[in-house]
Amino acid sequence: MYSEKVMDHFENPRNVGEIPDANGVGTVGNAKCGDIMRMYLKVENGIIADVKFKTFGCGAAIATSSMATEMVKGKSLKEALQLTNQAVAEALDGLPPVKMHCSLLAEEAIHAAVEDYLKNHPEEAE
Amino acid sequence: MDRIYMDNAATTAICPEALSAMLPCFGDHFGNASSIHGTGRDARKTLEEARRTVAECLGAKAQEIYFTSGGTESDNWAIKGAAYANRKKGSHIITSQIEHHAVLHTCEWLEKQGFRVTYLPVDEYGLVNPRDVEAAITDQTILISIMAANNEIGTIEPISEIGKIAKAHKIIFHCDAVQAVGAIPVDVDSWGVDMLSLSGHKFHGPKGIGALYIRTGTKVDIFLHGGAQERGRRASTENVPGAVGMAAAMKKAVDSIEENGMRLIAMRDRLIQGILSRIPYSRLNGHSLYRLPGNVNVSIQYVEGEALLLRLDLAGIAGSSGSACTSGSLDPSHVLLAIGLPHEVAHGSLRLSLSDGNTEEEVDEVLRVLPDIVEKLRAMSPMYDDFIRGQRK
Repeated sequence: MYSEKVMDHFENPRNVGEIPDANGVGTVGNAKCGDIMRMYLKVENGIIADVKFKTFGCGAAIATSSMATEMVKGKSLKEALQLTNQAVAEALDGLPPVKMHCSLLAEEAIHAAVEDYLKNHPEEAE
Repeated sequence: MDRIYMDNAATTAICPEALSAMLPCFGDHFGNASSIHGTGRDARKTLEEARRTVAECLGAKAQEIYFTSGGTESDNWAIKGAAYANRKKGSHIITSQIEHHAVLHTCEWLEKQGFRVTYLPVDEYGLVNPRDVEAAITDQTILISIMAANNEIGTIEPISEIGKIAKAHKIIFHCDAVQAVGAIPVDVDSWGVDMLSLSGHKFHGPKGIGALYIRTGTKVDIFLHGGAQERGRRASTENVPGAVGMAAAMKKAVDSIEENGMRLIAMRDRLIQGILSRIPYSRLNGHSLYRLPGNVNVSIQYVEGEALLLRLDLAGIAGSSGSACTSGSLDPSHVLLAIGLPHEVAHGSLRLSLSDGNTEEEVDEVLRVLPDIVEKLRAMSPMYDDFIRGQRK
C-alpha cells in the first residue's frame, strides 16, 4: 500500500533526532489521533541550517516527517513556509488517500517550527 | 530466515488434510450437489458427509448445519433473519460493544430499520457480565448475540451462563464463534445457543466457506433467496469443495484440540511474559486465563501500532494491530476502547496470534527482535521524550 519511497523514508528516516540549541521548535498532532510530530530548526542568517524531527505515528507519518525535513533543509524561512502537504506527498510518489492527513501534519509541523522562530525573531518576519 | 506468521486470527494456512479432501472436487467430483444424475449424487454424498462432520464437532444434528460463505454471512443471516422473523414479538436486540463488525454493523443497520439495540459494555478484561445481559432484557427482547471469544484480545465469554439466561427468558441466543471453533471445545447444547456462526479459514480450512448452526425450531427468515439449496433456507449452488475442506480441517482441529491447546497456551504465555518483562511500559490486553490459546495482545506505550507492524514485517514477522492507522479510520479499535484503554495506548497495540504451525524458536525470534524495534521507535517518539523528561523532574 505504500510506495517504495515511503518505505525507504520509513525504514531509513532522514534527520531523526533533536537539535539541542534549536531556535525554532514546532509540535503538532495529538496522541488521541495517533500522530505527533515535533520539528527542530536551527536557523542561521534566515536559512534553515539544520532540521531534525521526532514523530510518534504510523509509517506515513514517519516518512512524511523525514521527507519534509529534507525539503526544507538549506532553504529560506519564506521557502519553508511555502511547503505544502501536496508537495511532500508527491515527493514520496504519493500516499494512500487515508494517509494524506499525515502529509498535512508534516506541513503544519514545519510551519509551526518556523513560526516559533519568527515569534522570537520578529525582525525577520516580513 | 523464513517468515514468521503470527496473524492466525486473521487467517490460517490450509492444512494438508483440508487440501487433499478438496482436490477431487476440482477434478472428477465437480458435480452440482443438487443435480439428479450420478455426478451430482456423488457431490451430494460428499457434501452431506461434510455436514455430518461439522455437526459432530459442535454436538449438533446434521440438519441443523447450514453452509454459508463465511463468518460474516452467518452473522448477517442469524441476526437479520431472527430480527425479522420475530418482529411481531418485539424489536429489541442485546449484544456487546466488543463484537466483530459483522455483528455490530448489522445491528446498526437494524437500528435504522426501527429495531432497538443494547450494546453491553465489558469489563477491563473484555468480559461481558451475564447479569448485565439479564438486566437488559425487556418484554420486547427477541435476540441476544454475544461472541464466544473476541478476535482482538482473545477474551473467552461466559457463553453457557448467558445461554441459561436466554433460555429462561425464551429469547433466541446467537453466538459468533468464529474465533472459538477449532481453538476451544464448542458444544451447542451445553452452551445453550440457538444459532452459532463459524468460518472455515480460521482453523486451517479454506476461505469463502462457513456455517450457521440453527437449532431446530428457531424462527429465522431466509437470507439468500433463490434455489432450494440448504433445505430451501439458503439459496446458491453448494460450495462442495469449501464444505469438504472446512469439515476436514474442523475434524483435525477438534480431534487435537486439547493437546494443541496446551502447547499453544504454553507458547502464548511465554511470549506474553517475554514481552512484558523485556519491554517497559507494556501491558497485556484481555484476560490472562479466559483467553484463546493462541492469542497475544499487548499495548506498547509510546509507539504506534502500524509503524511497529511495518518494522516487524521488515524483520519477517507478521502480526496485526488495533491502531487507527490499520483500521482505516482515525479511531483505534472499538474493542480496545471498550476495555477502557486511552486512545494513545490503544494506538500502540500489537496482536500476535499463534496456531499449531508456530514453534518455540519463532517465539524466541520475536522476543529477540521486538524489544529492539520498540527501542528504535521510542527513540524517535516525542511522546516518549516528554514522558522520560517528566519522570526526571
